[in-house]
Amino acid sequence: MTFEPKIIGILCNWCSYTGADLAGTARIKSAPNVRVVRVMCSGRVDPTFVLKAFALGADGVLVAGCHPGDCHYIEGNYKTIRRGALLRRVLADYGIEPGRYRQEWVSASEGDRWAEVVNSMTEEVRKLGPFRLAPGDAKADEQPGAKATRAA
Amino acid sequence: MKTIKLKINGIETEAEDRTPILTIANRLGIKIPTLCNHPIIEPYGVCRVCTVEVRSGKRVRMVTACNYPAVNGIEVFTDSERVRRDRKLIIELLMSRCGHVPVIEQLAAEYGITEPQFGRGDDDCILCGLCVRVCQDVIGAKVLGFFSRGTTREVSTAYGETSEKCIACGACAYVCPTGAIQIENDEAMVQKELPLGPLTPVSIPFMQAVPHQPVIDRDSCAHFKTGGCKVCEMVCEPKAIDHKQQDRIEEIEVGSVILSTGFKSFDAHKMPQFGYGNYQNVLTGLEFEKMNSASGRTGGKITLADGSEPKSVALIHCVGSRDEHFNRYCSRVCCMYALKFAHLIKEKTNAEVYSFYIDMRCFGKGYEEFYDRLLEEGVRFIRGKAALVTDFPLDDTEVGKLVVRAEDTLLGQVRRVPVDMVVLCTGLEPADGVQEVAHLFHISRSPDGFFLEKHPKLAPVSTATDGVFIAGACQGPKDIPDTVAQASGAAAQVLSMMGRGEIEVEAATCYVEEERCAGCRVCNTLCPMDAISFNEEKKKTSINDVLCKGCGTCAAACPSSAIVPRHFTDIQMLAEIEGALYDVRSTL
Repeated sequence: MTFEPKIIGILCNWCSYTGADLAGTARIKSAPNVRVVRVMCSGRVDPTFVLKAFALGADGVLVAGCHPGDCHYIEGNYKTIRRGALLRRVLADYGIEPGRYRQEWVSASEGDRWAEVVNSMTEEVRKLGPFRLAPGDAKADEQPGAKATRAA
Repeated sequence: MKTIKLKINGIETEAEDRTPILTIANRLGIKIPTLCNHPIIEPYGVCRVCTVEVRSGKRVRMVTACNYPAVNGIEVFTDSERVRRDRKLIIELLMSRCGHVPVIEQLAAEYGITEPQFGRGDDDCILCGLCVRVCQDVIGAKVLGFFSRGTTREVSTAYGETSEKCIACGACAYVCPTGAIQIENDEAMVQKELPLGPLTPVSIPFMQAVPHQPVIDRDSCAHFKTGGCKVCEMVCEPKAIDHKQQDRIEEIEVGSVILSTGFKSFDAHKMPQFGYGNYQNVLTGLEFEKMNSASGRTGGKITLADGSEPKSVALIHCVGSRDEHFNRYCSRVCCMYALKFAHLIKEKTNAEVYSFYIDMRCFGKGYEEFYDRLLEEGVRFIRGKAALVTDFPLDDTEVGKLVVRAEDTLLGQVRRVPVDMVVLCTGLEPADGVQEVAHLFHISRSPDGFFLEKHPKLAPVSTATDGVFIAGACQGPKDIPDTVAQASGAAAQVLSMMGRGEIEVEAATCYVEEERCAGCRVCNTLCPMDAISFNEEKKKTSINDVLCKGCGTCAAACPSSAIVPRHFTDIQMLAEIEGALYDVRSTL
């Protein structure tokens, strides 16, 4: 059986959540791997949420908001961009591959783009394989025992 | 001002002292013929046709009525034996110079002149100087003047050359009583330069304009070129015209906004294969509509650029719509307006009409029936999008014509149809500046560029921003009935908000748990709504409940988790993430 990654998607209410909704009403097929959590603005996304999601075993985290300049709250998504840059450094320190965390801009009318984002991220994370937090152990992936634990 | 009494043709009247006799006579409805007088120009008394008899006591004088100031007690005769005799002589003298001018010939007929005793001259200028005076004193362009003296005196520009200072206002031609001055109007040129523009500097933009009031076009108004003229200001009795008026930006506080910024017509220049801009008889739908309008340049007559009536017209549908290179969407209105054009052409001319369509989309009430009617009227419908409009003939029937080349998909062959006129049924596009408007009101646009409604079925006039509604073609191409329906819906939405008298503010706002706030002020600069303020005394941050829209950007930044966004608290968010990962959680 192929590995099905579990991705947490944190979506802003006005653009990406509506866009994802549109993808649904327009019957656009996309990977079922993203589990959506709604926030009012991508600016609400505390980096802690992302770390927590990884800590809880998510294979990837997708934060999606309005296109820069289109934020319903004027500039919330700019704050997300700033925090994202710092967050990526923290994630790198934990040994989390950059591909597991994504920031994307999907507007309310971009149902097809939402499907595209979901599909490409799912593919990318699938290639990266299951994620585990293994502090101090760079060779964790090679230990058969670790995978067995995960599968159980 | 002193009031005086005088008699005109036996009628006693009163007037202000020193009012010209002609003005008083006009007021009484007594007609005095004149050539060189115009209400907006100072009287000059040069044509002498307005000569009248004035008796003051025993003294009898023949004077020009236009500039003779009335004084107390005079008696005026405008049509006495002597006046008629003198006027007849004056007219005969005028005819010796200008013997074939209709206005003077008409006067001559009135005074019983069949063959003027001094012969008939061939000139048409009576040297009244109206044109010179209007150019110098009214318009202020100072182009025309009198040149030479005596028998060779003439009106001309400096050295008889075309003057750069002439603004082509046409005032000289307008006031000329004999028609000696003509404006050379290159109709085709005007059509090309200003196909939809105003006909005159002062005009009502279009018949259905709201408010239905004339406006002055700054670009063509003589006043804005020379600082003179202001004739409209002079003749406007309620004194409604103010040339000094400036554009004003007014700030109005409102509770809700309906956006109805409309659309822009597709620019037909983008499709050079149709020759718009190259061939004079290739028009856009809007230009053709203007031509059809009774208030248009041709007064509603369908004509070619040379003024003749077309014998055949091609209508090309879907110009700029349903086209992968431009707009993929259907502009909805073009099929129906093309049908209307076809009907009007059939009604007004004997021309053959060819309609090149992809699909006929007659979606509204009564529309299909209209299409059926046109099929019976003999409009030729050719199913296939036109590929080319050219004036290059392949045989004799195509010489001097525009040839429309198209694939007739019902016949399965390529056709060349020679026509006199081509009308491009251009589609609808989002108006200029929609991007800025969308940003200003924080609303989104759909991929085609039109404003996005909150929900296509459940909230078709609302937007993502509370209190901002959309109506009409700014939301997507639509015809007038649909626009009116949507606008009524938007108005009803606004009224229901007003009727309630109060509005619901966002419930999911943020608040500060004061005991946890360390007063670090990290959040203070983050709020886009300016809802966050800092209490210097308590060294705590507080959030204004009404201003806060609940985005939670501040909460995400708070290092001590003192800011709590209602319904999106940290605990709730983390629990939600935990819930979303219910099936993997156990493995850690």
